[in-house]
Amino acid sequence: MPPVIQVLGVRKTYGSMVAVADVSFEVNNGEIFGLIGPNGAGKTTTMECIEGLRVPDRGTITVLGLNPTRDVYKLQDRIGVQLQQAQLQKRIKVWEAVDLWASLYRKKAIEGERLLEQLGLMDKRDAWFMNLSGGQKQRLFIALALINDPEVVFLDELTTGLDPQSRRAIWDLVRGIRERGKTVFLTTHLMEEAERLCDRVAIIEHGRIIDIDTPQRLINRHCAERTVVLATIAPNAADRFRAIPGVVEVIDKDSRITIRGYGDDLVTTVIHCLSEHHIRVTDFRTVVPNLEDVFLKLTGRSIRD
Amino acid sequence: MLRRLSKLTWIEIKIFMREPLGAFGTIVIPVLVFLVVGRIASHGLTTDSLAGSGFIHVGLPVLASLLISLSSVLSLVTIISIYRESGILKRLRATPLRPQTILTAHVIVKLLLTVATLALLVLAGKRYYPVGVHAPYLSFTIALLISTWSILSIGFLIASIVPTARFAQPIGAFILYPMIGLSGLFVPVASLPPALRAFARVLPLTYAVSLLQGIWNGDRWLAHVYDIAALVLVFVVCTALSAKVFRWE
Repeated sequence: MPPVIQVLGVRKTYGSMVAVADVSFEVNNGEIFGLIGPNGAGKTTTMECIEGLRVPDRGTITVLGLNPTRDVYKLQDRIGVQLQQAQLQKRIKVWEAVDLWASLYRKKAIEGERLLEQLGLMDKRDAWFMNLSGGQKQRLFIALALINDPEVVFLDELTTGLDPQSRRAIWDLVRGIRERGKTVFLTTHLMEEAERLCDRVAIIEHGRIIDIDTPQRLINRHCAERTVVLATIAPNAADRFRAIPGVVEVIDKDSRITIRGYGDDLVTTVIHCLSEHHIRVTDFRTVVPNLEDVFLKLTGRSIRD
Repeated sequence: MLRRLSKLTWIEIKIFMREPLGAFGTIVIPVLVFLVVGRIASHGLTTDSLAGSGFIHVGLPVLASLLISLSSVLSLVTIISIYRESGILKRLRATPLRPQTILTAHVIVKLLLTVATLALLVLAGKRYYPVGVHAPYLSFTIALLISTWSILSIGFLIASIVPTARFAQPIGAFILYPMIGLSGLFVPVASLPPALRAFARVLPLTYAVSLLQGIWNGDRWLAHVYDIAALVLVFVVCTALSAKVFRWE
């Protein structure tokens, strides 16, 4: 099956400001693909070029075999879009918005009422848009993005500004979209979100893709180091850990030992070593690198800066 | 296309009616102006003060109708700016909706509003107006629709240029309302000083007033071909300009 989205050498500038310098990637059918990077990296511009809302200066984009610029209306019929910072008419009711959106698409829309139910908006169906909470608005926008039973769903910073609880609820919704066989393309500057949600991520900075892979493989590739921290008063323990293959450093300070090394087996080997030599520990934890560390390593700065 | 347009138009009407000031402000104010000014003007009126009665018979109804039209236009300018600023236009564009469908829906809402207010004006006029109202209503309604449609294109142009929603209404009012003064409603264009006369001739409202006054007085459509041509020209020019400078976000 050919990729659902193909982006090749896309560039987009606004006057002298280069929003997207040179971006290429592919999104496969049925995956959750995340474009991650700090604010201003070019995520939204890239996404809006793919959605047909902006015309790239250079490069080619194919979505579901269509050219987003030339076939924009055909494409809109088959995709679902949630925009960053969009609003609806202040006094439109929830059910009216869903009903209006359902009427806009050629394809048989999935049942609006059921969608509201799934998104937990049923008790708000007669509420005005302006009276919804941030999380409710976001869920309504997800409903509008799903109303035409789209083949690809685009979600731009969908949990920004939400509390952790709403965020988790929305992650579950997105996983549900994938389970129905849809492809999801999302942008986020939250590394935790990307790591928990995405099958594959592309890291973008200054309008360029730095690397693309599954979160785990990105971590293994760029931050392969594992750390075990344990507390013990057993003598010679530090020396025993130093003998473990893959260990590069052991710091013994006030009975608190920090073991740094490489390899997926590091933790297991340390545990083996503990039981083999009957070393008694009063504390044991591992420090596993995450996408945040990958980003720091690749760009030399934290994504929050 | 038609199904989408009618759906969007209907929803926009409902939303407009929910605006606290929207419906009341645009519908009631022209009617009040019509009745109150009519009462005041007719108070000192004697049967032989023809100038006064001329204003009551023709000027005031046309003025009130023009106010209906202008308040529709200003309301359009405001709505388009707000919709742009808050990203509603952008969200609507990220659907199979054509841009022209979105804008047409708003024009239809405003034209319907104009007709509704005019109907209210006529009803109120028949009941409360000092000299009663007898005019070719159907033709006058059509003339007002043509005028409003043309002035709406000016509104679009203003909405395209004005940067923020906050300034849309005041700038629109500042451009549109002073036009009434030179439109020939109070002083006939022919009796203006030459420089002002030339200026009045390029103002779109001058042609709207000429058309509305003529039709109210029972003129035949043929007598106002030039007025209609001028209004169509205004529409074509403003629409072409807005198409060039209109921003969706």
